[in-house]
Amino acid sequence: MAISIEHYLVLSAILFLIGAFGVITRRNILVVLMSLELMLNAANLAFVGFSRALDDMTGQIFMIMSLTVAAAEVAVGLALVVAIYKHRETLNIDVLKLLKG
Amino acid sequence: MIASIILVPLIGALINGLVFASGFYRKVLGGDEHTEHRISGVIASVAVLISAILSTLLFTRLLSMAPANRHIIETLFVWIPSGEFTVSFEVLFDTLSCVMALIVTWIGFLIHLYSIGYMHGDKAYAKYFTYMNIFIFFMLILVLGNNFPLMFVGWEGVGLASYLLIGFWYSDTEKAYAGRKAFIINRIGDFGFILGIFLIFFLFGSVNYQEVFAKALDPSFITGVSGAAITAVTLLLFVGAVGKSAQFPLYVWLPDAMAGPTPVSALIHAATMVTAGAYMMSRCNVFYSQSPTAQIIVVSIAAFTALLAASIAITQNDIKKVLAYSTVSQLGYMFMAIGVGAYTAGLFHLLTHAFFKALLFLGSGSVIHALHGEQDIRNMGGLRKYIPVTAITFLIGTLAIAGVPFLSGFFSKDEILASLYDGGYTVHWIVALITVVLTALYMIRLYVLTFEGKSRITDTVKKHIHESPYTMTIPLLVLAVLSIFGGYVGVPEFMGQVVGIHDTNFFEKFVSTSILLDGTNHIGHRLLGHWTLVIFSIVAALLGILIALYFYLINPSSADKIAENEVIKPIYEGSFNKWYVDELYDYMIVRPFIYIAEQASRFDQKFIDGAVNGVASALKEMALTLQAAQSGALRSYASLMAIGAAIILIFIVLWQF
Amino acid sequence: MVTHSNPVYSAVSLVLTLFSTAVLFVLLHADFVAAVQVLVYAGAIMILFLFTVMFLNIRPEAFKFDSKYMKFKISVFMVLLLFAGYFASLGFSMGLKRHYTESVDFGSAKGVGTMLFTDYLLPFELTSVLIVAAIIGVVAIAKRRDG
Repeated sequence: MAISIEHYLVLSAILFLIGAFGVITRRNILVVLMSLELMLNAANLAFVGFSRALDDMTGQIFMIMSLTVAAAEVAVGLALVVAIYKHRETLNIDVLKLLKG
Repeated sequence: MIASIILVPLIGALINGLVFASGFYRKVLGGDEHTEHRISGVIASVAVLISAILSTLLFTRLLSMAPANRHIIETLFVWIPSGEFTVSFEVLFDTLSCVMALIVTWIGFLIHLYSIGYMHGDKAYAKYFTYMNIFIFFMLILVLGNNFPLMFVGWEGVGLASYLLIGFWYSDTEKAYAGRKAFIINRIGDFGFILGIFLIFFLFGSVNYQEVFAKALDPSFITGVSGAAITAVTLLLFVGAVGKSAQFPLYVWLPDAMAGPTPVSALIHAATMVTAGAYMMSRCNVFYSQSPTAQIIVVSIAAFTALLAASIAITQNDIKKVLAYSTVSQLGYMFMAIGVGAYTAGLFHLLTHAFFKALLFLGSGSVIHALHGEQDIRNMGGLRKYIPVTAITFLIGTLAIAGVPFLSGFFSKDEILASLYDGGYTVHWIVALITVVLTALYMIRLYVLTFEGKSRITDTVKKHIHESPYTMTIPLLVLAVLSIFGGYVGVPEFMGQVVGIHDTNFFEKFVSTSILLDGTNHIGHRLLGHWTLVIFSIVAALLGILIALYFYLINPSSADKIAENEVIKPIYEGSFNKWYVDELYDYMIVRPFIYIAEQASRFDQKFIDGAVNGVASALKEMALTLQAAQSGALRSYASLMAIGAAIILIFIVLWQF
Repeated sequence: MVTHSNPVYSAVSLVLTLFSTAVLFVLLHADFVAAVQVLVYAGAIMILFLFTVMFLNIRPEAFKFDSKYMKFKISVFMVLLLFAGYFASLGFSMGLKRHYTESVDFGSAKGVGTMLFTDYLLPFELTSVLIVAAIIGVVAIAKRRDG
């Protein structure tokens, strides 16, 4: 069976769902962020797959952009986590309820 | 000029109300109470005097006109310009409204004069005169208006003034309730009145007197209108008159209205407001004369009322209550005449009744004033030597109302009895005759128990008895003179012929130009001649007088002994308790109504308030529930987002199918 | 990765995942992107994560399904998997063209660079601005406040 675009899309979907599962389920903020990265990665995979199938370079360019954004987001997110940890001594998102209300 | 008659009292009321009653004079201008009282009393009385003089001037103008043309109409402005239903503020000064206006303004003036003395020392002096002027204003609108809506405006307005004045001393809740009772019962009558006006507009396409009556007199038009419709109009209007003029069954407010100051009782509940019904029905003579059914109903109710009220009056012990029931009874007389179609007779009695009833009420006020508030005749007696002027004038009024010959009441009452007999209403004539006996009875009883015999007054009162001041005695004297001589404007033909004077019945000739359709139908064969009827009424009056004299003057304790008698006692109790009519109304009407009102209130509270509050609390519940979503817990946010996205995806997929 | 209780294990697993994704990119004839992925994602970002994990000295927690409605969430997840499978079968049955044409310079650094600096110059510059903003933000957030 030749590996066609559908296979990549299915893989992308599965990876995305796994990442979503991780975001919803885990208590540790850092693991949540890592799952978030997984989701982004899945999307990137889909982009590149389509780029191949449609013979258009735009997909790969966008993937690079997405990657860059992910990098920036991770940086800021981790800085926030560090700041919160210094304040609250915990990384349990069930406890960090400042957004309440 | 006619308009000024109406407007001057209004100005008086406004001045009194805005400057004095409101406290402006005292608080802002720094006046003192004494001057305020003097000025407001004078202003009010002068206002009415001006109206009276203007009315008299117009009266002379009417006299100078040919009889057929004796009506003056003035239009001031268009009040309701609504296509076909256009109502203007139009005033009509014809002979009928002239007589009414003269009565209202002159007797009103005398009573205002009287009030200056009577209300002396009362805190709300200026307010009293404001209300009195307001009353005169509305009463004049009522009698001078040229269309039904205007009459209704006056009708309602005098009802309002009556309410305000009855409950004048409202800090005593009983008095306030009396005012409320008067207004509500009046309202019931007004309901019928309004329906009558609607029907008139529906049938005749107009509410202006000239247009409506012209159409009603036109044979070609009137055949198109069913007799039942005309009867309906007359009966609906009569309902209004029953309420305003205290006939059965809507008379119960009048005795309670005695809670107001005595001049108020004299003016409103004797001479003027209660006669508005008689005026209205005389004005609508075209309708009543064309509806025999209505005529029978009116005469019957009136006769019944007259007898009923007289039967209560003979046992009452409050001087004003006796006079109140007497008023109801005499109003019954007026309506009997109107019902028979003898409008001028009824109006003549209205005139003479205004004289002697106002006199009697003012006299009783003088007594109450002299005795510092005592109103129970069981605590009076022998007052003649202390307050002679009051006593003599009161006696004159008593004799007049009893129908003693040559006084005013004799002529008017006799004319009514004659018209009843002439119309074939023999039964009603007998009832009226019996009422004459009772009238004489209770009036003489009242006089004797108050002024004659052994004095039963307490010693403290005896020290302070004094005759009333001039402002009070002069009106009494004027009214006494009128009660004696006022009847001579309306001496019937057959009496005048005896002395060789023709055209004696000036009153009838004068007023009849306004009566467009005569309603009397004379029976062909008379069993009793004119003079026989007169003899009957004189005998009846004398009978009543003698009975009263015996039981109350000659043999004073016999009255009480008779009341103890086994057979008489229940009758006495019934009469004394007004035949329990008020209690009957309370059980049959008031209580069910209050019950329904309470149910409605509960319904309102439970369901409607519940619904409104329920909506509010439901929203609050929803808000509280939704608040749970704002928990601040990231995980639930994330999961909810995922679930939401999933649902949308599912929808999109399913949409393909 | 999502089920490890020790976050360090999670991070390492993520590195492996990203590396595998890069391999997939190579299979798709997107060499430059694969390289970038390894360099940036697996190289820089995950290092950052590992730094933070170790810096914060986190003890491994028990991976308990301790949130409410866990069953509900899992069931939703399963449903989504089902849909993914549906899409998959749909896609497989439809089938895009089997032979993929390929333009010259597809996926090579030359191709990417050409596009990046001509057609997509503005996004490129904007991402650099974004990175600068991120740097400034990180420094502002995480710096010591005392003194």
